[in-house]
Amino acid sequence: MTATADKAAAVDTVTLTIDGTEVTVPKGTLIIRAAEQAGIEIPRFCDHPALKPAGACRQCLVDVASPGPDGNLRAFPKPQASCTMTVTQGMVVNTQDTSPEADRAQKGVLELLLINHPLDCPVCDKGGECPLQNQAMSHGRSESRFVDVKRVFEKPLPLSSEILLDRERCILCQRCTRFSKEIAGDAFIDLQNRGAMQQIGTFSEDVLGFEGYGPVGVAAEDEAGAAFSSYYSGNTVQICPVGALTSASYRFRSRPFDLVSSPGISEHDSSGSAIRTDHRRGAILRRLADYDPVVNEDWITDKDRFAFAWQNLDDRVTRPLVRIEGELVETSWPQALAAAAEGLRTAMELKRKKGIAVLPGGRVTLEDAYAYGKFARAVLGTNDVDARTRIASDEEQAFLGATVAGTGLGVTFGDLEKAPAVLFVAFEPEDEGGVVFLRLKKSEGRQRVATVAPWLSRGNEKLGATLVPAVPGTEGAVLKKLPADVEKSLSQPGAVIVVGERAAGAAGALSQALALSKRTGARIAWIPRRAGERGALEAGALPGLLPGGRDAASAKARSEIAGAWGVPGLPLAPGRASAEIISSAAARGLDALVIGGVTVSDLTGDVVKALKKTGFVVSLEVRRSEVTDYADVVLPVAPPSEKSGTFVNWEGRLRSFATAIHTDALSDHRVLDALARELGFALGTATVAAVNAEIAGLAAVASSDRPAAPKVSPPAKPAGPIVLSSWHQLVDESALQDGEPYLAGTGRVAVVRMSAATAKKVGVESGSISLSGATRASVDLPVVVTDMVDGVVWAPAKSPGSWVARDLGVEPGDPISVKGGFA
Amino acid sequence: MTTLTPVLSATWDVKDSWTLSTYTKHGGYRGLKKALKKQPGELVQAIKDSGLRGRGGAGFPTGMKWGFLPPDDGKPRYLVINADESEPGTCKDIPTMLSAPHTLIEGVIITSYAIGCNHAFIYLRGEVVHVYRRLINAVREAYEAGHLGKNIHGSGFDLDVTIHSGAGAYICGEETALLDSLEGRRGQPRLKPPFPAVAGLYARPTVVNNVESIASVPAIIDRGVAWFTGMGTERSRGMGFFSLSGHVERPGQYEAPLGITLRELLEFAGGMRGGRPLKFWTPGGSSTPIFTDAHLDTPLDYESVGAAGSMLGTRALQIFDDTTCVVRAVMRWTEFYKHESCGKCTPCREGTFWLTQVLKRIEKGHGTPADIQQLLDTCDSIAGRSFCALGDGATSSVISSVKLFRDEFEQHVSTGECPFDHAASALFTYSDSLEGAHA
Repeated sequence: MTATADKAAAVDTVTLTIDGTEVTVPKGTLIIRAAEQAGIEIPRFCDHPALKPAGACRQCLVDVASPGPDGNLRAFPKPQASCTMTVTQGMVVNTQDTSPEADRAQKGVLELLLINHPLDCPVCDKGGECPLQNQAMSHGRSESRFVDVKRVFEKPLPLSSEILLDRERCILCQRCTRFSKEIAGDAFIDLQNRGAMQQIGTFSEDVLGFEGYGPVGVAAEDEAGAAFSSYYSGNTVQICPVGALTSASYRFRSRPFDLVSSPGISEHDSSGSAIRTDHRRGAILRRLADYDPVVNEDWITDKDRFAFAWQNLDDRVTRPLVRIEGELVETSWPQALAAAAEGLRTAMELKRKKGIAVLPGGRVTLEDAYAYGKFARAVLGTNDVDARTRIASDEEQAFLGATVAGTGLGVTFGDLEKAPAVLFVAFEPEDEGGVVFLRLKKSEGRQRVATVAPWLSRGNEKLGATLVPAVPGTEGAVLKKLPADVEKSLSQPGAVIVVGERAAGAAGALSQALALSKRTGARIAWIPRRAGERGALEAGALPGLLPGGRDAASAKARSEIAGAWGVPGLPLAPGRASAEIISSAAARGLDALVIGGVTVSDLTGDVVKALKKTGFVVSLEVRRSEVTDYADVVLPVAPPSEKSGTFVNWEGRLRSFATAIHTDALSDHRVLDALARELGFALGTATVAAVNAEIAGLAAVASSDRPAAPKVSPPAKPAGPIVLSSWHQLVDESALQDGEPYLAGTGRVAVVRMSAATAKKVGVESGSISLSGATRASVDLPVVVTDMVDGVVWAPAKSPGSWVARDLGVEPGDPISVKGGFA
Repeated sequence: MTTLTPVLSATWDVKDSWTLSTYTKHGGYRGLKKALKKQPGELVQAIKDSGLRGRGGAGFPTGMKWGFLPPDDGKPRYLVINADESEPGTCKDIPTMLSAPHTLIEGVIITSYAIGCNHAFIYLRGEVVHVYRRLINAVREAYEAGHLGKNIHGSGFDLDVTIHSGAGAYICGEETALLDSLEGRRGQPRLKPPFPAVAGLYARPTVVNNVESIASVPAIIDRGVAWFTGMGTERSRGMGFFSLSGHVERPGQYEAPLGITLRELLEFAGGMRGGRPLKFWTPGGSSTPIFTDAHLDTPLDYESVGAAGSMLGTRALQIFDDTTCVVRAVMRWTEFYKHESCGKCTPCREGTFWLTQVLKRIEKGHGTPADIQQLLDTCDSIAGRSFCALGDGATSSVISSVKLFRDEFEQHVSTGECPFDHAASALFTYSDSLEGAHA
């Protein structure tokens, strides 16, 4: 432990006395934090360790004396706010526990805080977990002396469709406004008016006029974009020390003391944010951020927090379904497993093979993905397994196998925060990164951020990023010749290149990212969107990759894995990627398909046709979907809250979670184990522990067993005169946000963006335009002329009115045609 | 008998007193010419030697404040003039800027030269549009005469002056709230440290001075430190405005050496209205504890007023005769503080809200005996607990009036009515319909 001791000695410390206890803390520590370390709790409201000090509520007043220049202790004449004052050597602090003056000051402040606060605790959402209620009980007077008229407001004021404000409960601690400015960079709410009429508000005319104080409208009809438009707004509800901020989805639904809280990991993105699921009688009431200092710190995205209803909608599949005479009929598990096994066995025994494939989807756990991969290769004897139901490429697979899979913890959140320079390639920190954005926002001004993108999104703007303009598809060529200052910034120690999953859509981009990394020494972080992507990669649920990044083409790797699995050998034929599987199925059909959580509308390929043409479809699903509509057997699987497992986040960190709500729903890995058993094969994936033990038993991967790093030359020119740029906005119409209208209302309005020159070229400079691609459908949206690269049209991937994959059938970088003339 | 010493107000009664030509004719900008021949350090030392103390209320030595600036690092540093005069009773800076704006402009130029500032700001109370126009005009005249701009009178010193009009908030007289407001933010006090001398306007070293302090600088430089120290008392040097208002025959600004007494000032002002007896008065504006006729001979300097239990403040002497209900006067002041509380901190925001309601009840005769103690208890929860001094100021009149006139508060409670004729104390035609006009 020498290293730790040395490290501690390197920090300047200060020793002081708090309530008679000597405390040694780093220089610059606030009194209130130093007291916490000594186990002394000073009541507070405005103070929050992640926010800058405000000194607004004055609840934390303590008596302070500090040595003067002569060394004699000199007491401050007035009590001091312990949340704003830093400690000094030899300081003597007396809190409410030892100083009658501090106690009197705190009681006085608490009494004042309560004079205008309604006594509606019995109906308030915060009642039972309310810092004001708690501290009023522990530090306040038992009876109010206030007999006059309280301040009242109309309630609630919808700051957005999701966030509601009851101003009469607000104690104006400014945690929410400080969070919005300092942490999220979305200063859509601020203090308004003054004195006793000071209040939090949006920039609504009704409030700024100071006349009516009326709500701007019922929450559900609130215009997103004009209101509190932030992907992180739910955090304000969690840090509100009173019941002033509530969420529309939880308001009046429950009492905190009726809830059971279970820790978990969010299923919504690849960050693996720690969450707390609060449930009652088996139903999820709300989700909160859990504090995890190395990953999400205090915060989660609104999607992490509010999007959980999808798990328990009416279309939830609770019992196995088997298609009998064209209709899906509920059956018992043994019947369904027998039917599924029968169908698969028949397909495996067919002479003229069209093939069997497995599509696990990108949202399952490491254990599930491992089971899918093993099931495909060991049971079905195919390498046609791909968890990447998104834009993907062989170059990407080689990149992932060579540099990402099996490399353990790589670039971390902390590394991103400390990086002197960060370059994004086909990655949007806010829309596709969630809390990644918040980490980077912390370093705003201390970090050089640049992004290879067609335009500077709001998230990038908030980070002060420099735009390195790139037409989608040509990112590789751009990386080859980066502006000199950007490239130079990346040669600083600690610099990071972040590549998003969309980089797979630009030939040569990942090869060039590797070359750039080699040139500059900057490390590479691959940040995909879905929670299961990295786990699927580690588990070998990609066609060319076995567990740990082993190359499926390597005989040594195959025999190693076959040995571990107790099978004579692994299939030899090269596996096909999901897009290829779907397109060939749509053309010629498959013998059988085992498909997990795949959303048809997220794919450009004609999945429905592929399903129709496939001989036998086994679907493992939580809900009825377009896939189950065409499945022969539907095996219900557990949503994240009803299972345990591990998400591997983009850092490569294992994010294990236990079951929050115990039901009889089974995880994918367990269902696959049972199905394999029915086929006469012991898959060994019945429990999380068994899968983990098996993965742990695999040896380290030799670099010779990995695929070679890709060396693909990028095209110099875009694929057409006008190409598509598109990505998923964080809050949109993706399947995991179903059933949550209040969250949906906070999403951004869908628009099409293009440069002035492009708009001129296509003859549409205002109004709406119509985009069309490979399908007969179109996307018709209002156009916003944006400062961006020419020859590109941007549309959100799955926002209201803009389901790009389904309606256009093209991917970013593909040519697209544009028609104007819509009013 | 102390005599009046008109310095800043010397030319107020001259025709077109606000113009540059009038100001120059009466010796204006002589101080600037002298100052530009000196080293900046000499000027700072001269102001330190003069003993000039901040005229904005706190009385902090002006020269020492200038001395707090860190050494020049070649980057900007600023002078900001606090012209947000809003305290009830205080009416000295606005008449100065209205009648002789060039005294301030000249002071700004000399001070900027002394502290190495090339861009000075005057933050003016927003309501006084007529003063805004006079200042704008004076700055224009000063540019035209070469007192402002590049290479002022061949000295190599550059200075620009910006006049900024506030939006009508008393809190912006608090220097850090003023700086936030000047930067375009919401005017609320900042956390200190850092102090403005280290990180003020735009996070650069900044001196914030009151109008009267800076307007006094040219005369000190022109006539010498000895002339200035020849006035006033040992620790309260020089002259200053004493603004008499209320129940006096001739209200107005009386410029006199510090240490003059109210008794003397009342003689200059023609005595109390109609010769009625003095009941109570504020020595330094509504934020200072009130005095009674027992303090008629208290020398009005920082030390003596402090020793007598109040503060010299801005020397805003609001005079009330025996027709005035002290409960009513205090209620009105408290309504002002409730209205002007910025809302940032709990004690001031909620405390003034509560005090107002209790005082209103007592004044109407609806109070209870417990209310008087409640007033003191609430004041105890505000004073010394609030973020800035506004909260302290709000409690001064309440605490001092209960101490000096407790029986009058009790009488309101016990008789269930206000014993005073409100019309008798008014200086205008009073009507009950005016009640609540400012609530």
